[in-house]
Amino acid sequence: MNGVMSAATAPDELLLGFTRALQSAGLPVTSDRSRTFLRAVATVGLGDRRATYWAGRATLCTTPEHFAAYDRVFTGWFLDETEGGRAGPPPALPPVVQAPLGADDESSGSPGDDEGEVVRVAASDVELLQHRDIATMDPAERARLAALFGRLAPTPPRRVSYRRAAARRGVVDTHATLRRTLDRMGEPVEIARRHRTTRTRRVVLLVDVSGSMSSYADALLRLAHRVSQRSAASRGGRGPRVEVFSMGTRVTRLTRAMRLRDVDKAIVAAGETVPDWSGGTRLGEALKAFLDRWGQRGLARGAVVVVFSDGWERGDAVLLGEQMARLRRLAHRVVWVNPHKGAAGYQPVQQGMAAALPHVDEFVAGHSLAAFRKVLRVIGDA
Amino acid sequence: MTAGDVGSPADLADRLGRTGYLCDDALATVGFLALSLARPLLLEGEPGTGKTALAEALATSLDLPLIRLQCYEGIDAAQALYDWDFPRQILHLRAVESVAGATDVEELEKGLFSERFLLARPVLRALRESPAVLLVDEIDRADDEFEAFLLEVLSTYQVSIPELGTVAATTPPVVVLTSNRTREVHDALKRRCLYHWIDHPGLEREVAIVRSRAPEVSETLARQVVTLVQRLRDADLVKAPGVAETLDWARALDRIGTRELDVESAARTLGAAVKYREDAERVRAALDRMLAG
Repeated sequence: MNGVMSAATAPDELLLGFTRALQSAGLPVTSDRSRTFLRAVATVGLGDRRATYWAGRATLCTTPEHFAAYDRVFTGWFLDETEGGRAGPPPALPPVVQAPLGADDESSGSPGDDEGEVVRVAASDVELLQHRDIATMDPAERARLAALFGRLAPTPPRRVSYRRAAARRGVVDTHATLRRTLDRMGEPVEIARRHRTTRTRRVVLLVDVSGSMSSYADALLRLAHRVSQRSAASRGGRGPRVEVFSMGTRVTRLTRAMRLRDVDKAIVAAGETVPDWSGGTRLGEALKAFLDRWGQRGLARGAVVVVFSDGWERGDAVLLGEQMARLRRLAHRVVWVNPHKGAAGYQPVQQGMAAALPHVDEFVAGHSLAAFRKVLRVIGDA
Repeated sequence: MTAGDVGSPADLADRLGRTGYLCDDALATVGFLALSLARPLLLEGEPGTGKTALAEALATSLDLPLIRLQCYEGIDAAQALYDWDFPRQILHLRAVESVAGATDVEELEKGLFSERFLLARPVLRALRESPAVLLVDEIDRADDEFEAFLLEVLSTYQVSIPELGTVAATTPPVVVLTSNRTREVHDALKRRCLYHWIDHPGLEREVAIVRSRAPEVSETLARQVVTLVQRLRDADLVKAPGVAETLDWARALDRIGTRELDVESAARTLGAAVKYREDAERVRAALDRMLAG
């Protein structure tokens, strides 16, 4: 479809070819948009290149982020032609680079490594376990901790609904009051009131499963499982209000796996679904993939989005910042849970973390069960 | 005068220019398209780049009434479309009852939900009074549900009131939606609209805007203020000053008798342009460098 234009190309074909080129450059071109574009160009006249440019930009772009790609394709499609032959196909998308698997240079030790080791006594171990950094636990302690997740009681965040319902208190329901009055032929009656109802807000959990987070992955999935199970129970099985995704070099939807009742089965299912356990981190790309495929369409819209990650970014930190800004415009609240934030003297200086922070509403620690409890409170209050 | 009378983008730019709104050819083209294709125009951009002003200028230059709907969190159809005048309905009911005693309930109800007790809100008014310019300001503040409601109205240009019937616009109103992009507007609504991103104007255009909106300010002062404001916009402030701030600042300086901008007069009137304490401190510290550079 990117064939060389001949001088005899019909205008509509030329324009539609342009919209297709835009589509392959990643713009959300739909047939109704293409139609509007054709009408717009017919209105301003195809002869006027500048007007064609603006007509196209107004009908085919929907955010400023599209402008760069639009300019590129427009130049390739319309301007080169007049300067004698279109030069090559429209610019291709940058090749996707996969980070090598393995977490060699990132596992230089978490800041909390040798903290709290002194208290490794059997004292009141339940209490202690709750405050211990999960990364420092041995398998036996982890197994004991796993049993404690059942004690967490997540409450789903709620939002004000558009609907109103009759209530004892609230604003005067004029319509209902009038009808009651009418029934009694104008006798004053009790005033009917109504108030806005609330609905649960969607929660989206994005769990970083890269190498640097591997010591927390199991605990985070248990937490995610707990949150989705509670939500499913409180909604009486009316579809998930909690969505879970893993982020590494790519994004995988774990919502289905997390709906399995049994937590161990759910974690095994998640492990089978995720192709990039303990791989590299490309948070920016992963977040972009999440937003393109799910978030923008509505999954992140108005939701409480929680990112569990240490903010180690192997890819481009600028991209991460951009995508976080995009996420924040869609989401109701963006919460970032960083396991290292619990360590004394922690500074969010990693490139990725620093790029993401300006677009985060709440930045909380997530290294122990006690910290998770606080995370759940933040989610519930959002 | 109707929207269809505008012949070309240049014609529209010319008309807007006469009201004091100076637009570039991009905005003129997109605005012209919105008028001739009868599509709503969605304007996004930093605060203070003239999104709302465009709707006002369109109304003035086309000699149409401007009907404005300011969006906010929690706005619903009763505030956008129509409501019933409850106190008057009750009074009417009492009056009828005291005069006539028991009458036919159905008849009475019909009388209560009639035109005379209807309070038309902006969207309904725009549909009825069209041709008109409907400005839906700061749509990003409203909720998803409100956007869906708006989409429905903007697709058909009609609404139905259960007690009264359907109200349809004879000619679709000119609709301008603005957004500061604190939240992404839903894609379905965007698809209905023509989209344009308004940037801050360039140096020459902004000087021209100041000269036309505040003719009392001298050319020299206008140029100095605009140059300084444009530097402030690159200075990574919490809130970059918009065109409205440029105008305020130029007027303020003129009012205190400044002929040539210097560090002292700029510092004294800084509050007209820079409205965050952090920003003001940073700007004050760098003012002499910015004025010189």
